[in-house]
Amino acid sequence: MNSLPGTEYIIAGLFLLFIAATIAGSLLAVFTVRVIRSVCGLALTSVGLAGLYYFLNSPFLALMELLIYVGAVCVTIVFAIMLAEPQEIVDESPRHSVLWSIAAIIVCTAIFWSAARLGVLGDWTTPAIRLNDGTIQDIGVSLLSTYSMAFEVISLVLLVAILGALAIARIGRHRHP
Amino acid sequence: MSALPTATLPTVLAAASAVGLQHYIALAALLFAIGFVGVLIRRNTLVVYMSLELMLNAAILATVAFTRYNGTVEGNVFVFFIITVAAAEVAVGLAIIVALFRKRHSVDVGDLATLNN
Repeated sequence: MNSLPGTEYIIAGLFLLFIAATIAGSLLAVFTVRVIRSVCGLALTSVGLAGLYYFLNSPFLALMELLIYVGAVCVTIVFAIMLAEPQEIVDESPRHSVLWSIAAIIVCTAIFWSAARLGVLGDWTTPAIRLNDGTIQDIGVSLLSTYSMAFEVISLVLLVAILGALAIARIGRHRHP
Repeated sequence: MSALPTATLPTVLAAASAVGLQHYIALAALLFAIGFVGVLIRRNTLVVYMSLELMLNAAILATVAFTRYNGTVEGNVFVFFIITVAAAEVAVGLAIIVALFRKRHSVDVGDLATLNN
């Protein structure tokens, strides 16, 4: 069936690569000092998540993730950094104290541990019937029939958000001669 | 993990197909926890904002994993809506950050405490 030898190895390697990109990108996004590196970490996380969505049989969502997060959100954040980043490095001492950071990390480890434990030990049963495969055609039919109202309302939400962003961004704008 | 010369092809396939819903949920929990650490300990508004995006992405990953293992299409449609609303949120949130910087000349979370008292 597979013409290329070792295709399974390549697929398993790609899967591990996407997981590594997701985790490394999120660590980079949170723990680096320079903001522009955080944006690179967010982009790396989005690329890894897009690959995972592809492995989860949702190529539509993989493309959406790439288009919107890498193509739009990261670029917009880079523009915001150019507009709103002071020249000097922000003092990056912890917000309250070292104790606060340790407490935050402990709390987050507890959250991760409990959520992952719930997920791993949970009794997830796969349903007997597969309703559909979640292909792009199914999604398109569903968007334009069952969820057509929500589809229209979401376009209205986007329009209002763009107008609101324009109105907010005008505040405090100095008119230079 | 299976690059050992003793590993045969069926073991690789078994390892790849053994990745189930629970592993995706564990990964989503890890992403959420990392994003939460960022929200709690970072001072830069933009980094806090990106950590929020990480938490949102973790929730989306869990949703996609669940919809894959339930075999329905509704989860994909909901994730489409979630991503669209997140894009709207990005537009408004970044406009607010830029406007705040123009007024205050600071992106530090500690300086933006006017509503605090």
